[in-house]
Amino acid sequence: MSVTQPASGLPVASEVPAQEVVPLRHPWTWAATAVVVLVAFGVFYSVAANPAFQWPVVAEYMLDRQILAGLAVTLELTLAAMAMGLLLGTALAVMRLSANLLLSSLAWLYIWFFRSVPVLVQLIFWYNFGALYPQIELRVPFGPLLYGASTNAVITPLTAALAGLGLAQAAYTAEVIRAGIASVPRGQTRAAKALGMRPATIFRRIVFPQAMRVIIPPVGNEVISMVKGTSLVSVIALADLLYTAQLIYARTYETIPLLIVASLWYLIVVSVLSVGQHFLERHYRHGV
Amino acid sequence: MNGMGQVRPFAGAPAAGEPMVRIRGLTKSYHGKPVLQDIDLDVAAGSVMCIIGPSGSGKSTLLACINHLERIDGGRLWVGGELVGYREQGGKLHELPERQIARMRQRIGMVFQHFNLFPHMTALQNIMEAPVQVLRLPPEQARARAMQLLDRVGLAGKHGRHPAQLSGGEQQRVAIARALAMEPRLMLFDEPTSALDPELVGEVLAVMKDLARSGMTMVVVTHELAFAREVGDALTFMDGGRVVERGAPRAVLADPREARTREFLSRVL
Repeated sequence: MSVTQPASGLPVASEVPAQEVVPLRHPWTWAATAVVVLVAFGVFYSVAANPAFQWPVVAEYMLDRQILAGLAVTLELTLAAMAMGLLLGTALAVMRLSANLLLSSLAWLYIWFFRSVPVLVQLIFWYNFGALYPQIELRVPFGPLLYGASTNAVITPLTAALAGLGLAQAAYTAEVIRAGIASVPRGQTRAAKALGMRPATIFRRIVFPQAMRVIIPPVGNEVISMVKGTSLVSVIALADLLYTAQLIYARTYETIPLLIVASLWYLIVVSVLSVGQHFLERHYRHGV
Repeated sequence: MNGMGQVRPFAGAPAAGEPMVRIRGLTKSYHGKPVLQDIDLDVAAGSVMCIIGPSGSGKSTLLACINHLERIDGGRLWVGGELVGYREQGGKLHELPERQIARMRQRIGMVFQHFNLFPHMTALQNIMEAPVQVLRLPPEQARARAMQLLDRVGLAGKHGRHPAQLSGGEQQRVAIARALAMEPRLMLFDEPTSALDPELVGEVLAVMKDLARSGMTMVVVTHELAFAREVGDALTFMDGGRVVERGAPRAVLADPREARTREFLSRVL
């Protein structure tokens, strides 16, 4: 390659000798790394070597029938409360975005209330609902009774847990879904309308799939919080994973190993869900 | 069912002598501020009407009124002899339900400044979407037509690309193909080349010229005066929400009668 002398009088490439480049050293990064590794090793060693953790007991209870039943309750509760949260949350999000002021205000009120009161309080409240309304009736206004039962028959620990977790979850999910729908540019709806598509088709085919990209990551996080959030139901004596562990250690006094058993199961479930979330996100990332 | 060739009840060829688009006394305002005032406009079937004017003159709003993406506050607007967006009964205009407005829009194609392709679909899926979802065409048939249209706009090999993988000019040509897939009687173009890099404008204008030559009725809001002169059959100049001047493109561009038209042309030429 021929290099001509530039007009500026700078030296041409061939006159500059090849030089070694010395990258900047970061001695403090290395020092900090050494300290962190040392501390981590210390923690790991103390956990592994401390007999009070009773690792053999942990191993014994990991696949215990009672624990597995508790795990099943935790998973079912997560699934049911999340499904309830998504369905009700979508309805609330659509209400929030409605041009009708009454509908959007009511949705706002719901979200405000259920996001503000701690879920633990809501759970205990639903569990004691019978004190407020001894009898639950569903009737046509001024008309015949459709359904009637004693509250104590309807509100079991399971239904109280579902109501407490699901209704609160709907408030959180509604905000996530609303943000997702609002993130789809207006031009998308205009283009779909101009093609003669009806509102329901536009929502299903154009707006919703694009909103999903924005909705899935936070909803994934909500599912993961829900797995752990279900442990709150131990206060209303529902035999989920944590409450089952508590029942066992109340009998055997092996408190720490049983808490470890529960923690390990929460870790496993959350890890599996994180992998699932990763694949879902990849699926909806099309065309970005 | 005889498919795409079937003439649907709406927006068939207008009666002899009837323009494709007829606008009388159209007014519209946003929050009390008038954006369109007393617009009269006719677009003959098979002709190309170009609308020019400074930004904020109301030309894009007028275009969006033609397929009722924007509601009008006063006046009347017909496409193919049929009142758009309203039903006249007992001396009053009743707004039509969304599904009937959607049916009217089926035969009015629209191309937007920012393309507005569906980003989660490939070029092919973008074009197939409305024929399958709205006209209920069998997917194979819609697919074959979409491939033909992609070929027509010069993008035969790019059917599998998502919009993000296409240049602006390619995206706009897919958008034109998407509108044509509904077999429109009328095509609306809202500044179709304004968002494009200068070197990509030509490919989009070439497709539009080809479409005009095929006899499509077109209303084109544009800043491309050369296109208006060469392809347009009629030219309308708008300013301040009013039609200021109209006529044959060559005449208006070469020798405008109105001072405001002269001033605008002197600034853009």
